[in-house]
Amino acid sequence: MGLLSSFKRSFSHGVHPAHYKGQTENLAIQRVPFGNRYVMPLGQHIGAPAIAVVNKGQHVGRGELIAKPGGFISTALHSPVTGTVTEISPQRTLDGSFKPTIVIEADPFSAQRVETTPPASWEELSIEEFIETVQQAGIVGMGGAAFPSHVKYSIPDGAHIDDLLVNGAECEPFLTNDHRLMVERPETVIQGTEILRQKLGAKRANIGIERNKPEAIRALEKVLEKSPSLPITLSPLEVKYPQGAEKMLIQSVYRKEVPAGQLPRDIGVAVNNVGTVVAIADLFATGAPLIERVVTVSGPGIDQPANLMVPLGTPVRDLLSFCGGLNDKTREIIMGGPMMGFPITSLDVPILKGSSGILAFTEEETARPHEYPCIRCGRCLEACPYFLNPSRLALLSRNRRYEETMDYHVMDCVECGACSFACPSNIPIAQLIRTAKDNLRQNPVEEAA
Amino acid sequence: MSKRDPDLLLQSAPLLKQGLSVPTAMRDVLLALMPALFAGFWFFGLSAILVVAATILGAMATEWLFTPKQERAVALGDGSALLTGLLLGMTLPPALPLWMAWLGGVVAIGLGKTIWGGLGNNLFNPAIVGRAFLLGTFPIAMTTWHVAAGPDSFFQLHPSTLALPFMQSPPMDGMSAATPLGLMKFEQIDSPIFSLMFGNSSGSLGETSGVLLMVGGLYLLLRRALEWRIPLAIFISAGLFTLLLETIDPARFPGIHFTIFSGGMMLGAIYMATDPVTSPVTPKGAWIFGCGIGVLVVLIRNFGGLPEGILYAILLMNAATPLINRYTQPRVFGRSRS
Repeated sequence: MGLLSSFKRSFSHGVHPAHYKGQTENLAIQRVPFGNRYVMPLGQHIGAPAIAVVNKGQHVGRGELIAKPGGFISTALHSPVTGTVTEISPQRTLDGSFKPTIVIEADPFSAQRVETTPPASWEELSIEEFIETVQQAGIVGMGGAAFPSHVKYSIPDGAHIDDLLVNGAECEPFLTNDHRLMVERPETVIQGTEILRQKLGAKRANIGIERNKPEAIRALEKVLEKSPSLPITLSPLEVKYPQGAEKMLIQSVYRKEVPAGQLPRDIGVAVNNVGTVVAIADLFATGAPLIERVVTVSGPGIDQPANLMVPLGTPVRDLLSFCGGLNDKTREIIMGGPMMGFPITSLDVPILKGSSGILAFTEEETARPHEYPCIRCGRCLEACPYFLNPSRLALLSRNRRYEETMDYHVMDCVECGACSFACPSNIPIAQLIRTAKDNLRQNPVEEAA
Repeated sequence: MSKRDPDLLLQSAPLLKQGLSVPTAMRDVLLALMPALFAGFWFFGLSAILVVAATILGAMATEWLFTPKQERAVALGDGSALLTGLLLGMTLPPALPLWMAWLGGVVAIGLGKTIWGGLGNNLFNPAIVGRAFLLGTFPIAMTTWHVAAGPDSFFQLHPSTLALPFMQSPPMDGMSAATPLGLMKFEQIDSPIFSLMFGNSSGSLGETSGVLLMVGGLYLLLRRALEWRIPLAIFISAGLFTLLLETIDPARFPGIHFTIFSGGMMLGAIYMATDPVTSPVTPKGAWIFGCGIGVLVVLIRNFGGLPEGILYAILLMNAATPLINRYTQPRVFGRSRS
């Protein structure tokens, strides 16, 4: 199996869900018209929430700073619209909890122009200034986890980056937001890649793309042909889930395993999403902070799927009504992809920095099929890209034997859901593993060495 | 939006499924067995059909009896009891008294599956448990074989088929014949390869047609429903071991073709040893498991007291499965082998 995947340029194991990208892959990114209410939670990622620097009733311009970083692992927030701060209060977030949030009412008469000054030329910035600029621009990983990018760029003394890897795998079914960015703005992708490569001191850069995006591959190839001196290579990859998981992508492109508990930078690699790279390029071209992102709205519950450029903080409700509203069959809405995304509790939750997609699903996908006992077929073992034993973990979790799951390296699980996808008994394996991990985080036990 | 918001479900991701389920997996195996089964019916006539019907009836009735009322539809619908009954039936002599066949089905599910906690929890392959019980309890009836008569005497019931429970077996009729394995074991007579491959020899009603069983195995392979490592390991290890013995004493030991195509080898290797519940979950474990079976089969056939060894070979390796699983856990990504 290892031999086979080295021919195919991929990681070992994994699954092959249908792509479902056809609905949106040829639709150009459209800008949604401005609405009136924008909801910006202060905490949009792991780490410290941002600290509001505006007051209720204050007028803010589009792109103006509204919250400053609350620590090192924290990023700034900027107003997505020109308007007035109407509330700084707890608002509902996607998991149903209420978190401190800045609510801005858009000024209906504003031209919504971004007034920013481009930062100093990136070539002249020191790495510290570069990191500071990225943090102040609020840029995070746009692939889904929204981890603050500047933290990734802070390389500890002694370590160095040899390879910059741009993640254009987009292995989640339905999502086409990264694909459209690569097709429509290939120059920007290359420009951002080159900026990052030079700033991080990497010798080379690779852009990993699954082969089901030939249009994106061609677009980037064309740009690279024009500047053959750039040390940037495209790496077309096998279409397999979870190809876009950071460590899987590294294995596919470089044939290297990142040791458990370590980061890609420990083996000299930095991984960045295509969306992040574009945000970096835009920042240094125009000075625009992260105030909007591309979101794929799709799924069988949507009549008019689309790829949209959406101001952050836009309520999902507004996005859906732009796409013709939900049809009657819709039973569930997922933020992110169908494999790893999160179901949202209310249509009032906003688009966040990490929201790559809004997918509406119907009865058919959400009906819970009858669960059979585990027949030990081993399909989950063959699916797991981390070579864990998901069936064992699920069984232990179901019996609340959480400590024992540590012996099977439960914390190495990235919750990609390949096991649940493959299970013929319809056991919610990924969900059971999440339960075990949550329990272990709340009641930590010491890991046996 | 004037319309009320839909009540959103919060079913956690992934929302996509491969579309494979336990019943489809069972159905695939059932379909794969059909060619060999019908060949058995063709060669052994109505008696064979009745024997298979009796084991299936015994298995399904037991499943029904021991399943809580509200789960009966699902438990019988998943096809696992049907498959156990069918597999058991295919390993039996065609003229076995029906009540014995039925009892075999009852034991297969009752002792082979239910008392372990039902589907997924049993240590031993239920069909083989049923057959082991019958072989231990009714050794004579279980080793009385008949010639493959073909369609000419299709409707001729063997007198033993309808024997009453616990009455003395009727005397042997004139149709009994030794199996190729028996001929080899006790008289060192080889059988022609053609009849071994296509089932035109005496033996268990569903085991004789090696080629048709392989056709079914190929279908399972194409459906990606077969742990191919297990039969491959069995054939390779049994083949190599046989080759070794043959080089030592070609007069006493049979050749490879005989080992692979005689007795229950094909049915056991492709359909019984690969039962997911009772075989290892890891690929490396599957190789070990298969090699163990291959070696044991040849050992038992050639040095044991029985002509056929696949049954006990599989049972013994079933018992070793939890241990194999434990010691063949794959190396976790990014970790050194612990």
